Amino acid sequence: MTTVDERPAGFENNDHKPVGHGRMLRKEDPRFIRGKGRYVDDVQLPGMLHCAILRSPVAHARIVSIDTTAAEAHPKVKAVVTGAALTELGLAWMPTLSGDVQAVLATDKVRFQGQEVAFVVAEDRYAARDALELIDVEYDVLDPVIDVRRALEPGAPVIRDDLDGKTDNHIFDWETGDEAATEAVFASADVVVSEDIVYPRVHPAPMETCGCVADYDRIDGRLTLWSTSQAPHAHRTLYAIVAGLPEHKIRVISPDIGGGFGGKVPIYPGYVCAIVGSIVTGKPVKWMEDRSENLTSTGFARDYIMRGEIAATRDGKILAVRTNVLADHGAFNGVAAPVKYPAGFFGVFTGSYDLQAAHCKMTAVYTNKAPGGVAYACSFRITEAVYLIERIVDCLAYELQMDPVELRIKNFIQPDQFPYRTKTGWLYDSGDYEPTMRKALEIAGYDELRREQAERRACGELMGIGVSFFTEAVGAGPRKDMDILGLGMADGCELRVHPTGKAVVRLSVQTQGQGHETTFAQIVAEEIGIPPADIDVVHGDTDQTPFGLGTYGSRSTPVSGAAAALVARKVRDKARLIASAMLEVSVADLEWQKGAFHVKGDPAKSVTIQEIAMRAHGAGDLPEGVEGGLEAQICYNPENLTYPHGAYICVVDIDPGTAQVKVRRFVAVDDCGTRINPMIIEGQVHRGLTDGVGMALMEMIAFDEDGNCLGGSLMDYLIPTALEVPDWETGFTVTPSPHHPIGAKGVGESATVGSPPAIVNAVVDALKPFGIRHADMPLTPSRVWDAMRGVPRPPV
Amino acid sequence: MTRISVNVDGIAYQDDVEPRLLLVHYLRDRLGKTGTPIGCDTTNCGACTVLLDGRSVKSCSVLAVQADQCEITTIEGVSSDGTWHPVQRAFHEEHALQCGYCTPGMIMASIDLLKDDPDPSEEAVRDGLEGNLCRCTGYCNIVRAVRRAAQEMRVTAP
Repeated sequence: MTTVDERPAGFENNDHKPVGHGRMLRKEDPRFIRGKGRYVDDVQLPGMLHCAILRSPVAHARIVSIDTTAAEAHPKVKAVVTGAALTELGLAWMPTLSGDVQAVLATDKVRFQGQEVAFVVAEDRYAARDALELIDVEYDVLDPVIDVRRALEPGAPVIRDDLDGKTDNHIFDWETGDEAATEAVFASADVVVSEDIVYPRVHPAPMETCGCVADYDRIDGRLTLWSTSQAPHAHRTLYAIVAGLPEHKIRVISPDIGGGFGGKVPIYPGYVCAIVGSIVTGKPVKWMEDRSENLTSTGFARDYIMRGEIAATRDGKILAVRTNVLADHGAFNGVAAPVKYPAGFFGVFTGSYDLQAAHCKMTAVYTNKAPGGVAYACSFRITEAVYLIERIVDCLAYELQMDPVELRIKNFIQPDQFPYRTKTGWLYDSGDYEPTMRKALEIAGYDELRREQAERRACGELMGIGVSFFTEAVGAGPRKDMDILGLGMADGCELRVHPTGKAVVRLSVQTQGQGHETTFAQIVAEEIGIPPADIDVVHGDTDQTPFGLGTYGSRSTPVSGAAAALVARKVRDKARLIASAMLEVSVADLEWQKGAFHVKGDPAKSVTIQEIAMRAHGAGDLPEGVEGGLEAQICYNPENLTYPHGAYICVVDIDPGTAQVKVRRFVAVDDCGTRINPMIIEGQVHRGLTDGVGMALMEMIAFDEDGNCLGGSLMDYLIPTALEVPDWETGFTVTPSPHHPIGAKGVGESATVGSPPAIVNAVVDALKPFGIRHADMPLTPSRVWDAMRGVPRPPV
Repeated sequence: MTRISVNVDGIAYQDDVEPRLLLVHYLRDRLGKTGTPIGCDTTNCGACTVLLDGRSVKSCSVLAVQADQCEITTIEGVSSDGTWHPVQRAFHEEHALQCGYCTPGMIMASIDLLKDDPDPSEEAVRDGLEGNLCRCTGYCNIVRAVRRAAQEMRVTAP
């Protein structure tokens, strides 16, 4: 049983309807279903060479020597480059998105297994890999720091001795909320519950790995880079800073991208290697990493070790929440977040509840692991924040012996409290939480499920029902607060209407499968009345599109979507002036009906947007002060984030003989305000729910004590197949964002954020007969088995 | 170098290849059949699925020399000009793809699945596509699409 979104009759097979928002089949599909997408590895240029990277086999070691003689002698090899060679070019280190530096190629020592040590450029991929085997590196192995809890112990090996005066592994301390006020509430509360909650290290693992083709033209001094980039404009600026190339001579092209999920936001050493390879050989150079390189060296996600505490009255009024977090950032601080937010938006850990006080203290440290942290649809650490609050609320329900739904409803922020300022300073824009919760309960048949559970429990069967209710914060963000390396988080949009009434809209954001080519055409169509089929959406090419910060943090709809609506209105305003001349009436006498202006009281007298476009470009006079052409560009600076919310209910069955968890049902009710295309939203939600099953039950990037990565291929890093996920059930409510031009909020990451706690809450609920209040992800059969037998949880 | 003769999407090719050359690289790099992508290095993901003499194989796990004298169909060869294969059409109509990267392999595996089972249950579709990973769709719409295609193919079958 699945709640299918409304499908108006006649729309099923028609790309040309509707004219605006609504279910519309995707414009992207025809090329993808025929194998005519164009992804980075499909790019083939004359004379193109291939780059392969030699990686460290150990987690922590000094590099004693690197012998490249044999590799250089390989007949198909054109260049072998080491950290020493890059040092001469000033490119051995590059800035990260959080103001640290990261080694492009290791110079002094290696700091994680899989780190880049040297690269080879050869005539084909096979020869490049062969030559890697011919490079001889001598390592002086050092003790690694793997257990983040021991990273700050006196005498712990210092990972970042490249940083001046660095004598420990401390990166930063961060704090939010009011410590004293929170302490006071906790001191006088009836009930205090505390739990250690780990969000393990996972990886976004997009189906397409990272890669690029760098083409440096020595004559023009111009670099063209096809790359797997979620933020091509920001990347262009960073390459200008890193490589010292003038920015107007850099063209970054993000072609079709085979999924990003945050893994394609940072700049990786491989991109820089390919650029250097092209500069030194004078030929185009392709670099495509393989899956194991992707899993072991590109941006991981999560890795927060949290102590969560909640204070409440005996009858279930939540008073305060506080948390202490230890954040494992790996060997370089490469967190991709706005600079003033080193912990991302973790500050929204107060969730959907009206509290008296809240406080968080966080410490981030270096370990001998790959860099990353912010990725995998986390909305800048909101996955961790929502997991913490939704898990600790369930722990409270367990202590109070209260139904988890009742406890949540009792504490919801009420609709008349919005815009609501949280105790950690976030201004939630809008929300009406209880109807969303009620809708999920209704679809799931919650009361019936609880009755079934009681019956099954009586027979010794393990059935669990898990609930989560989340508030997201997406659409970074207001430029006064939010920037990435000094670049304000605004987004541009340009709209040109051609003489025949067809249009092209150019975006600064970059789809990786979220359907922007379809939905942005719909936004513009809704505003200006040109059918979406007549609107081409251009994105990903920095020479062709206005500047902006790219797609991540579910920010496309909140920021660029707003820009698209407003640029269309700007064009419409100009069209109105032209229409008034064409109809020989004053502007005030005109009425807009989607696609045409007509004279008030005389609908027969009208001009369509297509007729106006021809007049705008044609011969004949335009009103005084109106230039020819019909186009506009804007840069949208959002005044606030958008705060979508959702209610999720998960039903699991656990096999008592094998401890295997089966997700039987999952109900997701999302509220992202105005819905541009329900079909696409549903697909986004399905994706995120599958992330949740992966993280809650299967996925983890683990390390042994020597720092060997234990999740370095799809043999060990298990992502869900069609067999592990149920037939998703979705529903929605609509609470528009008051500050957004079309009332739309972001949604892409909601399900990834909201589903893991629902699944874990369901598993813990199933294990209630064993007296278990918490168990850490991933809830693999062996971990559930251990939990059922009272074996202590593993430390990390 | 070894000489191979293959028929790919209806066109005969003769090529000298290194014995170690993977079929997927032969298709992509030598023949320009870039519709078939690569998603992993351990044979798990199925993004590179093609039909080899009518049966689905992961072309990252077949040597080009092993395909000698074989007929290969890739995503680029399943539909003729202008008309889509019912599976392709159903993927579009049911929104069974997002980034499109797993789609070619997923469609090829589905075509093979429907050959064996023209009326698969939901469970049979999930089981039959277990060798194909997708990170975008959560599989739900893929299952819907395959079952919709099955229905349409039964209706239009001679």
